[in-house]
Amino acid sequence: MPDVIRLKVKRQDQPDAKPYWEEFELPYRPQHNVISLLMALREKPVNIKGERVAPVVYEVGCMEEVCGACTMIINGQVRQACSALVDQLEQPIVLEPMSKFQVIRDLMVNRQPMFDALRQVHAWVDIDGGYDIHVHAPRISPQAWEHNYNFARCMTCGCCMEVCPQYNSKSKFVGPAPIGQAWLFSNHPTGKYYKAARLHSLMGVGGITDCGNAQNCIEACPKDIKLTDAIAKISRDTTIQMVKDLFLS
Amino acid sequence: MAIKKPQIIVIGGGLGGLWATIRIAEAGNHVKLFSLFQVKRSHSACAQGGINACLDTKGQKDSTWQHFVDTIKGGAYLANQPPVLSMCEDAPGLIRTFDRMGVTWSRTPEGIMDLRLFGGVKNKRTCFAGATTGQQLLYACDEQVRKHEEAGLVEKFEWWEFLGIIMDGQGRCRGITAINLHTMETRVFKADAVVVATGGLGLIYGKSTNSTNSTGAAASRVYQQGAKFMNGEFIQFHPTGMPGDDKNRLMSEAARGEGGRIWVPKQKGDTRDPLTIPEGERWYFLEEWYPAYGNTVPRDVASRALYKVCKELGMGIGGGDLVYLDLTHLDSKFLRSRLGGIMEIYEKFAGSDPTQIPMMIYPAVHYSMGGLWVDFEKDPETNALKQPSPRNHQCSIPGLFSCGECDGTYHGANRLGANSLLSASYSGRVVGESVAAYVKGLTDSVENVPEEIFSKEKNRQDGINQDILAGKGDENPYILHRELGELMRDKVSIIRSNEGLDAALDGLQELKARFQNINLDDTRGWTNLPLTYTRQVHDMIILAEVIAKGARLRDECRGSHWKPEFEMSIPEGKFPGDPEFEEYRAKWKANNETWLKTTVAEHSESGPQISYEKVDTSMLPVEQPRDYR
Repeated sequence: MPDVIRLKVKRQDQPDAKPYWEEFELPYRPQHNVISLLMALREKPVNIKGERVAPVVYEVGCMEEVCGACTMIINGQVRQACSALVDQLEQPIVLEPMSKFQVIRDLMVNRQPMFDALRQVHAWVDIDGGYDIHVHAPRISPQAWEHNYNFARCMTCGCCMEVCPQYNSKSKFVGPAPIGQAWLFSNHPTGKYYKAARLHSLMGVGGITDCGNAQNCIEACPKDIKLTDAIAKISRDTTIQMVKDLFLS
Repeated sequence: MAIKKPQIIVIGGGLGGLWATIRIAEAGNHVKLFSLFQVKRSHSACAQGGINACLDTKGQKDSTWQHFVDTIKGGAYLANQPPVLSMCEDAPGLIRTFDRMGVTWSRTPEGIMDLRLFGGVKNKRTCFAGATTGQQLLYACDEQVRKHEEAGLVEKFEWWEFLGIIMDGQGRCRGITAINLHTMETRVFKADAVVVATGGLGLIYGKSTNSTNSTGAAASRVYQQGAKFMNGEFIQFHPTGMPGDDKNRLMSEAARGEGGRIWVPKQKGDTRDPLTIPEGERWYFLEEWYPAYGNTVPRDVASRALYKVCKELGMGIGGGDLVYLDLTHLDSKFLRSRLGGIMEIYEKFAGSDPTQIPMMIYPAVHYSMGGLWVDFEKDPETNALKQPSPRNHQCSIPGLFSCGECDGTYHGANRLGANSLLSASYSGRVVGESVAAYVKGLTDSVENVPEEIFSKEKNRQDGINQDILAGKGDENPYILHRELGELMRDKVSIIRSNEGLDAALDGLQELKARFQNINLDDTRGWTNLPLTYTRQVHDMIILAEVIAKGARLRDECRGSHWKPEFEMSIPEGKFPGDPEFEEYRAKWKANNETWLKTTVAEHSESGPQISYEKVDTSMLPVEQPRDYR
C-alpha cells in the first residue's frame, strides 16, 4: 500500500487567465475517490513546494454518479470524479477541466451551452398544464420502456460532448446528448405530436448533418446511452421530414 | 386593486421548487428561479425507489384512505392530518400528470405503470422508474420548466446562493439578497412572494445519503430572520446505507420491497464468506422480530433494530457495524431491470456484484421530517386542505412560503419510504397555487417599499462577507464542518440520551465560538468557494442547535426520536385484547396526552426557544399503537 497519493491539477484562476499545473501529495487512505481526495485537500491545501494555496475549485453534487456535476478529465479520460476510485488510478493522478467548455476556475467549467441546446431541440413533452386531467398518458409497452428508460438517464454531464470531434469552439453543432433527448421525446405517445418541430431544430446549422460518425460518444457515455442509435434514426427521420416538407407543404 | 405583474422568487430547483415554478408560471406569473447549480443536478435526482399513490392496479383493494392511515401511523401520529389527507387523495392525479410529462415509469406486461411494495405498508402503491425514480421525476419537471423558460415565464439564476430575505416595515417578506457564486457579487432581488424549497439538511451530520449541497443553510437563514422551524429533532436514519468515508450512499428500500432479506450470521464474529453460511446459521432478525412486516418494517423500526444487533448485541458482520442486505436469491435479470440504478452504485463503489454477493449496509442519516413551520387552511366540510388558499405552505413570515423536504408538514415523527417524492412534488404544486392566490390578493406592490430597506440588508450581507474574508484566525471551515458532523453523528443519533444531548449542545456552543476565528485559504473575488462554504457551516451549526435542543426537551420515544430512558415497549407476546396489551395502550395514550404535539423553535441570540402546538388529529383517532410484529 502506498504512503501517499500524488495529484497533479491543471489550475486556472479565472476564465481569461493562463492555466498552470500544481502538484499535491496527500496521505493515503483506502477507498478514496477523486472528489473525496479534493475534499481532503481543502482541509490542508499545501502544494508539494510547501506553499499554502487556495483549495482546488471543482463542481460536485450527488457523489454517486447520478447528477453529472463532477465531470472532468482524469488521467486523460473524461468521466465523473466521484466514481473515479483512487485505488484504480495510476499515479500521479492528473486532473484537468473539460476542454470543450469555458473554464470558470480550476476544474469548474460552464456547461450552459448543453442546457441551451435542450431548449433548441424542444426537449420536453407538451402538456396542457400541471393540473390533473383525470386520465393517464397512453400505454407504453415494457419493451418500449426499456429502450426509452436508457435515454431518460442522461444527466447532461458533458462526457459525450468532450469526446465528440465535431463539438468544438469552431462549430455550432449541438452535440450528441441533445440529439438523444430529441429522440426520447419523439418516442413518447404524445411527445411525438411535436416530432416535426424537433426534427426541424436539427435540420439547420449545427444540426444532425454535423455529426461525423466518430462514435466516440457512445463509448464515453457513463450511462451507456445508445447515442449512435438515436443519431442514426434522427438522421434518417430528418431526410424523411425534408421530403415531407418539400411535397406536403 | 391587485398589483400588476407580481414578482415571484423561488429558491431551490428540486422537485418542490420546480413544481412551484411550474404552477406559478402556468398562472401567468413571471418567476425568478434561484439555484446553487443547474437545477437538473438537484438532490431529488438521488431518490431511488419510487413515489406513492393509490392506483390500486394490483387487485389489493387499496384506497387513498389506507395510504393516509399508513402515513399517519408511520409518522407516529405527529403530522397534522388535513394536509396528509389531501396529499394521499390527490396523489393519483399527480402521478397521472407525471405520466403525461413523459416520465419513463416501469411498465407491466400490459403496458400500464407498475407498482412495487415499500416499507411500512401492506399494499403495493409505489410507482417507480427502475431504481432511479427521483431522477426521472426531477428531469420531467426540469423539462417543463425549460418549456416555460423558452416561453419567457421563467428566468433562471443558477450559480446564485440565497443569503437572506428582506422584510418591510410590517414584517412581510419583500425580496432576497443573493450572491453570485462566480462573480461574488451580492445583489438585492425584490419580490412580492418568495418560496424556499432548498431541501434537506443531511450535511449537518457530515456523512449522510444526501448530496453535498443539502446543508439546510437557506432554511437556517430564514429561521434566523424569524421564521419558525418545526419538529427539528426528527431526523430519519435510512436502515440500508453503504458505509463510506465521504458519503453513505443509499441502497433503496425497494431492494427489500422486491424481496431482499436482511441478516447477520448467527455465530457472533463469524468471518466466513456469506455465501458459505448455510440458511440455518443465518439470523434474519427483522423477519423474526416483526413477522407481519418483516424486512419492510418502517425505517425507524428497522434502523433501531440494526443498531441493536450491531451496537448492543455485537452481532454485526465480523463484530462491526454492518449487516447483510441479501438479493442473491432473486433472479438477476429481474434485479437489473427493477433495481438497476442501485446495482450500478453498489458495484461502482463497493466493487462487488449484489446479484452474486450479499451487500453490506448500516443505517445512515437520510431525511429531515421536520423543517420550516408552514400554515395550512382546512376545509371544514372535507377535513382536508382548502385549495387554493394563500395560507397553504406559508411560513410564519407573511409572503414567505416553503415546500419540499424544506418544510415539516407531512411526515410527522417518521417518514414512509416513497412518500418524500410525493410530498416534495405535491407540496410544490400546492404552494405554486397558494402563491398565485396570494399575489392575486396583494394590493401594494414591492415597488412601493422604500429603497433603504433593501440597501440596508445588502450592506449587512456585504459586511458579513467582508468579515469572513478579513479573518486572521486559525480555524479552517472544512475542519469545523467535519467536527460538526462527528459531534452530531455521535450524540444526536438513532438512540439518544439527555446526557448525550447536553454534551451535544455544549459542543455546538464551542463550535460557534471557534467559528469567530476563521481564516480562509482563498481570499479571491472570483468563484470563492471557501467564503460561501464558511457561511453555510455557520448556519448549519445554528440549525444543529435546533435539532439538539428539540431532542433534549422531548422526553419520550416517538418515531425516529428515541430515548431509551423513556421507552415504553409493547409487552412481548401480547396483542390487542390481552390485559397486558391494554395496559400498555392506556400508558401509550397517556403519553400522547403529554407529548403528541408539534415542536416549534424560534431563533434568539441565546439559542432556540422551544414551544409546542396541538396536532390536528380530527380524521384518524389516536387509538392504535404502532405494531409491526
